[in-house]
Amino acid sequence: MTMIAFAFYLFVLCALAGGLFTVISRNPVHSVLWLILTFLSAAGLFVLLGAEFVAMLLVIVYVGAVAVLFLFVVMMLDVDFAELKAEMARYMPLALLIGVVLLMQLSLAFGVWQSSDGAMAARDAVIPTDVTNTAALGLLLYDKYFLLFQLSGLILLVAMIGAIVLTLRHRKDIKRQDVLAQMWRDPAKAMELKDVKPGQGL
Amino acid sequence: MIQADLTIILPEILLSLYAMAALLFGVYTGKDKVAPLLTWTTAGAFVLVAAWIGLNGEGTNVAFGGMFHDDAFARFAKVTILLSAAAVLLMSQDYMERRGLLRFEYPILVSLSVVGMMVMVSAGDLMALYMGLELQSLALYVIASLRRDSLKSTEAGLKYFILGALSSGLLLYGASLVYGYAGTTLFSGIIAAAGEGQMSLGLLFGLVFVMSGLAFKVSAVPFHMWTPDVYEGSPTPVTAFFATAPKMAAMALFARVLHDAFGGATADWQQILALLSVLSMFLGAIAAIGQRNIKRLMAFSSIAHMGYALMGLAAGTVFGVQAMLVYMAIYVTMNVGTFAFILSMEKDGQPVTDIAALNMYAKREPGRALAMLILLFSLAGVPPLVGFFGKFYVLRAAYDAGLAWLAIAGVIASVIGAFYYLRIVYFMYFGDEGEELDGGKSPVLWAFLMASAAAMLFGVVNLFGIEGAAAAAAATLVN
Repeated sequence: MTMIAFAFYLFVLCALAGGLFTVISRNPVHSVLWLILTFLSAAGLFVLLGAEFVAMLLVIVYVGAVAVLFLFVVMMLDVDFAELKAEMARYMPLALLIGVVLLMQLSLAFGVWQSSDGAMAARDAVIPTDVTNTAALGLLLYDKYFLLFQLSGLILLVAMIGAIVLTLRHRKDIKRQDVLAQMWRDPAKAMELKDVKPGQGL
Repeated sequence: MIQADLTIILPEILLSLYAMAALLFGVYTGKDKVAPLLTWTTAGAFVLVAAWIGLNGEGTNVAFGGMFHDDAFARFAKVTILLSAAAVLLMSQDYMERRGLLRFEYPILVSLSVVGMMVMVSAGDLMALYMGLELQSLALYVIASLRRDSLKSTEAGLKYFILGALSSGLLLYGASLVYGYAGTTLFSGIIAAAGEGQMSLGLLFGLVFVMSGLAFKVSAVPFHMWTPDVYEGSPTPVTAFFATAPKMAAMALFARVLHDAFGGATADWQQILALLSVLSMFLGAIAAIGQRNIKRLMAFSSIAHMGYALMGLAAGTVFGVQAMLVYMAIYVTMNVGTFAFILSMEKDGQPVTDIAALNMYAKREPGRALAMLILLFSLAGVPPLVGFFGKFYVLRAAYDAGLAWLAIAGVIASVIGAFYYLRIVYFMYFGDEGEELDGGKSPVLWAFLMASAAAMLFGVVNLFGIEGAAAAAAATLVN
């Protein structure tokens, strides 16, 4: 067995085990940790495919940000996972049945899978040999897929507006800082000195 | 190359730039105080772009290597979308303002979702299709829950969001199967790979999943579950928007995917569409009978109408696409008028949605009641109103394509459906004396109600010439 084949089977095994234990482990924190293992193994598989940029992206974005965010959510929200699990167990037989049926249908479809005649030639982004991954992705993203790239920008803008519209509340009963009012005020009028006679008060 | 491409999508670019400029203007000036102004300027921008596209557009232009098609079909759909969106924005201003819902982001989100719809109907690639669809849907999810202190509105938004995400997942899964088979996401590449008789089982799976995702967006049975709840929970002007422009966009997208990408395999998708169509017509007609809430009733009515439009599509011919386009244009016009009426239903400043509140409405407001009567008859498809011609077109398309059983089912469903439209008419003219509706004095709503009813009445002469435009549009799509 070559080194590459060994690495492939190692990563595949880790990804499968990680996925399985994400679903079945009792402690949600352990689930997230298993999920991280799955992401890392998938990143390893991408490296084997020669897509090192995507692999690093997976590590940085999914492991670094998304999974850690999950971890925070799991630890900070008071969700009774045991109860959810019990709920899940009730529907387990039905879900398993549907899953098996789907699996059989898919194996029917993929068992006779064949690409169309021109499929290999019609591919857009064949792995280039003369430039690095990053450069090739950039060429595709900012040139050929310019429209899609800009549209995703618009989608993110909508997401941002939506988050603000649905959550921002302008509360009237709190004091806010007004920078200009602070800067333009007259120091001479800022403080008033009163000569208080002893024993009299104001 | 890039300059020629950009010229072709100039309307979309300008509309998105307008939305961003309006956003900055709103944020840096009066915030929600400028919302009425923004609503009017956005509606004006829609009308301008619609006029520009409708009068200036010519021929078939392809941009970005086939990802974006600007042809007669896209232009027909875009003009309908833009005009109906403008009408709904104008109708909503007064209603939203009086209930404190007119945030300045509302017109901006509507215009961004309209940009998404314009990309959808022009898409020539599965990825461009998905981008347009998501841009449209994300903005719609937000405006569905615009009334964020109301439980029903937030529930509507959340339900729409979760089920929408599920349908996007189905669509993407189908798209990935199609890509795996054809090796490309361009429609021109897929149609070359997916000819008659060479559909592999995997590609068929892909087609079915893509169609399920799209059927969800047009709320065809059995992917309709979200519609009544979302229509009921959203603020009424938002419901009016849901019932018009996005339906047109999704239906046009459906036609484009089926004919541009899978035009060679008509027999494979025809049976699926026929089933979706017959289920939608019957469920829409029967389930609406028990509804007392006029917004839920309109939801089931729209499900039934989508069934008829799908029937035109199921014909799989040029005439079928033409019938679908004519039907959708008529449907959108009718719905604008009907929702103008629903928006003016209020009592002591509170909106009323119970149809029983319309008791003896004709006595107090004979003009409005007559206009609504015409619209309801037209929705039910009673001759000689325009709505009848829409149904007549799709029935003939189905019959010509050898789907006589589908046409007969359509006639039966429309007879069943006529019951609940006529019941509203009964309440208006012969109901018991009861609580009286007041208010609804907005001149904008009155104008839209009357214009829509007049269109249903006088359109019988020549359908305002949309037949010819629809025929030209259908001819560019089907080849």
